[in-house]
Amino acid sequence: MIEFVDVTKSYSVGTHALRGITMQIEDGEFAFLVGPSGSGKSTIIKLITGELKPTSGTVHVNGYSLERIRKREVPYLRRTVGVVFQDFRLIESKTVYDNVAFVMRAVGAKEHQIRERVPYVLELVGLETKSRRHPTELSGGEQQRLAIARALVNNPSTIIADEPTGNLDPARSLEIMNLLQEINKLGTTLLVVTHEMNLVQQFGNRVIAIDEGLVVSDGMEGYRHYEE
Amino acid sequence: MKNNFGYLLKEGIRGIFLHGFMSFAAVCVTVACLLIVGSFSILIYNVNIMVDDLNKTNEILVYVDETLPDAEARSVGTKINTISNVLQAEFVSREDALKSFVEDHQGDEAFSGVDAQDLRHRYVVTLMDNAQMKQTVAELEQIPGVAKINAAYELAEGFTTLQNMLQIVSVAVISVLLVVSLLIISNTVKLAMYDRRDEIAIMKMVGATNAFIRLPFVVEGFTLGMLGAVLAFGAEWLMYDALLANLASIDTLQLFSFVPFKELLLPMIITFTAAGLFVGILGSWTSIRKFMDV
Repeated sequence: MIEFVDVTKSYSVGTHALRGITMQIEDGEFAFLVGPSGSGKSTIIKLITGELKPTSGTVHVNGYSLERIRKREVPYLRRTVGVVFQDFRLIESKTVYDNVAFVMRAVGAKEHQIRERVPYVLELVGLETKSRRHPTELSGGEQQRLAIARALVNNPSTIIADEPTGNLDPARSLEIMNLLQEINKLGTTLLVVTHEMNLVQQFGNRVIAIDEGLVVSDGMEGYRHYEE
Repeated sequence: MKNNFGYLLKEGIRGIFLHGFMSFAAVCVTVACLLIVGSFSILIYNVNIMVDDLNKTNEILVYVDETLPDAEARSVGTKINTISNVLQAEFVSREDALKSFVEDHQGDEAFSGVDAQDLRHRYVVTLMDNAQMKQTVAELEQIPGVAKINAAYELAEGFTTLQNMLQIVSVAVISVLLVVSLLIISNTVKLAMYDRRDEIAIMKMVGATNAFIRLPFVVEGFTLGMLGAVLAFGAEWLMYDALLANLASIDTLQLFSFVPFKELLLPMIITFTAAGLFVGILGSWTSIRKFMDV
C-alpha cells in the first residue's frame, strides 16, 4: 500500500514541489497519476522509491515509513517496488536474460531460483525467444517489455511505471498497457505516470490528477480535470 | 550476498575486459608508480647499508696511562667493555702500535729513532651507535687508567646526519609517490565508473545493497592492483640485475657494494603486494562512493 498524508516537499533552491499531497493507493489497485510538467509527479516517484525524503507529512510504502527510513533500509524498500522508466534504462552490455537475472542476484537469489524464475517472467512479457539477445537488438516495445520483466522478476508488491509508453507508437503503447493490466490482475499494485490521455480513457481506472504540487482530482473520471 | 559470491567475482573479472582500455591504463599507471617507489626504496636501502659500513670504520682510540704496568693496562679493556655502547675494544700494545707506525712511515728518517717506550698502550674501540659518541667518550674518560681519547666527532655526526636525512627524504618521497599513485589509480577507476554510472544507478534502483554493487569493482581494483604489482616487481628485478651487471664492469665503482636482488626478494614481494593491494582496493573503494548516492 502507498499512503501520502499531507506531504510537502521543498528543494533547497526554494521550489515547493509538493504542497500537501494526501492520497492512498490500496494493495492490488491500478491507478494513473497524471499532471502537467513540473506538477510534482517525479517528486512523488522519488519519494516512493526512497530517493527523497518528505519535508513534512508522512509517506508509507509497503510497510516502510519513508520520512524516517534509514539509508541501509532503502535497498529493501526498493525490492518491494519495481520501477519502469520511459527510457527503459537497460544494461546494454548484458543479454536480455542477464538484464533480468542480475536483479535477482542483487537481492541474493540462488542460481536455481534464477534459472526457474527468469524464463517464466520473460515468457510473461513475450521475450522468451530473445533471451540471448542484447537490448540494442530489440525494438522499442521489446525493450520496454524487458524493462517490465526486470521490474517484475523479484515479485514486488508494487510497480511504478514512469511514462512507460512515452517512447512508443500507439500500437506498442497499447500492448504495454495491456501487459501492465495483466500484471495487475496477478495481484501487483500498479501506479502508471503518463501524459497519454487516450490510453487513460481506454482503461477506465482510477486517475489521480496533480497540479502545482496538489491533488486536484482523484477518481475514475479524474483525467477530465487534467484535460480541462 | 554469499549466494552470489562466485557471480560477483566473475563480474569483477568481466569488468576488466569489458573496459579493456581503462584497465590497461590503470595497470600501466600502477606499474610506473610502483617502479619509481621500488627503485627509490632500493636506492635508499643500498645507501643506508653503505653509510652503515662506513660508520663502522669510524673508531675511537683510548690511550692507557703509560705509568701503568702492562697487566693493569690490559685490565682497562674489561672496564671499557662494560660500557653499553661499546661494540668491541681491541687492545694494541705499544710494540704493535710502533710496528704499524713504522709501517705507515717507511723511509721517513725523522721517525727512525722512535722507541716503543715513547708510545702508549691503547684500545681501538668500535661503538654500536656513533650518534652517542660524546656520551660514550665521557664514560670512557671516567675509567681509571685512561690517559687520552682520540675521537672524530665531526665524522660521526656527519654520518648520523646523513643517515637521518636519508631516512626523512626516503619516507617523504615514498609517501608522496604512494599518494600520487593512489590519486592516479583512484581517478582511473573513477573514469571507469563514470562509464558505468547508469549500471550502478540501475542496481541501486532495483534494491542492490552497496556491498553487492561495490564488490565487483573492488575485485576489479584488486586484480588490476595485483597485476600491476607483479609486472612492476618483474620489471624491477630485471632492471636492477641489469644495473648491477653494468656496475660490476666499472672499476671505479668496485668500492661500493650493492645488495643483490635475491636478498631483497621477501621485502620487495611484501612491499609490492601491499602497495598493489593498497592502491587497487582503496582506489576503487573510495572512487565508487561518489556514484553510490542514488
